Amino acid sequence: MWSWRHETRAAYAFVERNVHLVKRYWGWEVVWLIYSIANALSVTFIGAGMERISGQRVDTQHLILYLLTGTLVWGYLSVVFTLVSETIQWERWEGTIEYTLMAPISRFTHLVGTTLFSLLYGFLQTAVILAAVAACFHLDLSGANLLGAAGVLLAASLSFSALGMVGAVLPLLYPEKGVQVVQVIQSLLLVISGVYYPVDVLPRALCWLSQFSPATYVLQGMRAALLDGAPLRQLWPCILALLLLGMLLMPLGVWLFGKAERYARRTGRLKRDG
Amino acid sequence: MSEPTTWALRVAAVSKTFRPFRWPWQANAPVQDGVRHDTAEGRSGPVCALDKVSLQVRRGEIFGVLGPNGSGKSTLIRVIATLVLPDSGSVEVLGLDLARHELEIRRLINRVSVEASFFKKLSPLENLLFGARLYGLPANRARQEALGILRRLGLREASLWQPMEQMSRGMQQKVAIARALLTAPVLLLLDEPTTGLDPRSKREVQGLVEALRRDHHATVILTTHDMLEADALCDRVAIIDAGRIVAEGTPAELKQRVASTTGGSPPTLEDVFLALTGHSLQSADEAASEDAVESSDVVLAP
Repeated sequence: MWSWRHETRAAYAFVERNVHLVKRYWGWEVVWLIYSIANALSVTFIGAGMERISGQRVDTQHLILYLLTGTLVWGYLSVVFTLVSETIQWERWEGTIEYTLMAPISRFTHLVGTTLFSLLYGFLQTAVILAAVAACFHLDLSGANLLGAAGVLLAASLSFSALGMVGAVLPLLYPEKGVQVVQVIQSLLLVISGVYYPVDVLPRALCWLSQFSPATYVLQGMRAALLDGAPLRQLWPCILALLLLGMLLMPLGVWLFGKAERYARRTGRLKRDG
Repeated sequence: MSEPTTWALRVAAVSKTFRPFRWPWQANAPVQDGVRHDTAEGRSGPVCALDKVSLQVRRGEIFGVLGPNGSGKSTLIRVIATLVLPDSGSVEVLGLDLARHELEIRRLINRVSVEASFFKKLSPLENLLFGARLYGLPANRARQEALGILRRLGLREASLWQPMEQMSRGMQQKVAIARALLTAPVLLLLDEPTTGLDPRSKREVQGLVEALRRDHHATVILTTHDMLEADALCDRVAIIDAGRIVAEGTPAELKQRVASTTGGSPPTLEDVFLALTGHSLQSADEAASEDAVESSDVVLAP
């Protein structure tokens, strides 16, 4: 009898397979981690240099932590979003897409498996970057609510994964250019979510749009937890907003993916190209 | 009334036409200032891959689908494998209608394609374990069975844990068949499994297909454009040309049908193909290749 146990096993298959792939590509993983740390450092050094840039006194530690939070959240979002949304492109490149899509599992299970791995990977990478940058700048995180920050990031995972599923639709529909469009979506999120600045400095239209981006709430929550050490009860509004967005986006992502897969099967676009 | 105990597969009047994607503004602007403003997509028209294809395959049979490149063999396999939706017609696997029981049918079938569909950086064992989990096998059992099958196929112990990219194509294809065997499919779809293999690897894979029926009682649909292979392996064959089934029967029956056209020499399946389609398999393959080249030869606007 086919059961939830089979589906769980199948979801775990994607986690296990991707862990094996990470082990095989370990050299590239190290390169990617160095790039991510360098990227985070280059942004946070803006905070370190702000007094010299502006000629004014600023709270450098606060600014560094503000920018670091942005770069951590952006890094996490990028990893989750990219891993989920590029799962189709990756499998198409490897030539395994048809094998995976004809497996006797629900598409929800497939996407959940891919998402679970991306969350684990994203969390691990974010923790390593935080540790590296904190060590570099001798940041004092004793007053930060690290557990609360992790909780906010966890709550955001649902909606980030759902956004990834929406993004995964594009390479399915447009094998050649779909991934580039995903990057465009990612950059739009970067602009409207206040990754490196408060959203109220944005023009009114963009500021209005920012309320629909899960990244806006995760940044608010993370900054409150890391910069002000806000306790959990103060973080709840952000966590609730993130969970609500996640609950709306997740069914939408799965539904859209199902529709796109059907279109791809009707038009013969699953076939490997290149 | 279907007879699931007798027929493993019933395909009835399945048609499929692929239409190139066009943006709304592309449809009515083929010529401007006397110059064709074509793109690779815009120039090629609809392609009829399957035209009212019907066939029935008994349980335990090895059924060959023969045809040149571009004749519709792979599209037919993809339709049965739930990877392409037909425009019309119906497919039944063990009495289950494909349109209504897609997930159930996926549990009963597996497919080996012409390209080895693996994560090349992963080892054969890792690839097989991934496949086994997707088909609901518990990890320990999957590992034991995978190891057993891979060893029976003659894989050296060390290569079980080495990346697939270090293996020959013939060996990769044997691993692909092993992966399919691991899920114990009732219906196995082999889409040109020996194309591009050297003679020795080809013989090994063909031996494996024979063992499939002998030891696993699986029903096999084998697409190929190798007439000798079809003659040696298949109980019955269908010849497909330009999306249509032009003949169906045992190799002996088909050869008998064209015996009078070969001038006394014993007919081959190649003769059958020539007599029934009006062109040889080789020339049809060449024509398909030329079409592919032409369709990529686009005229660009200045």
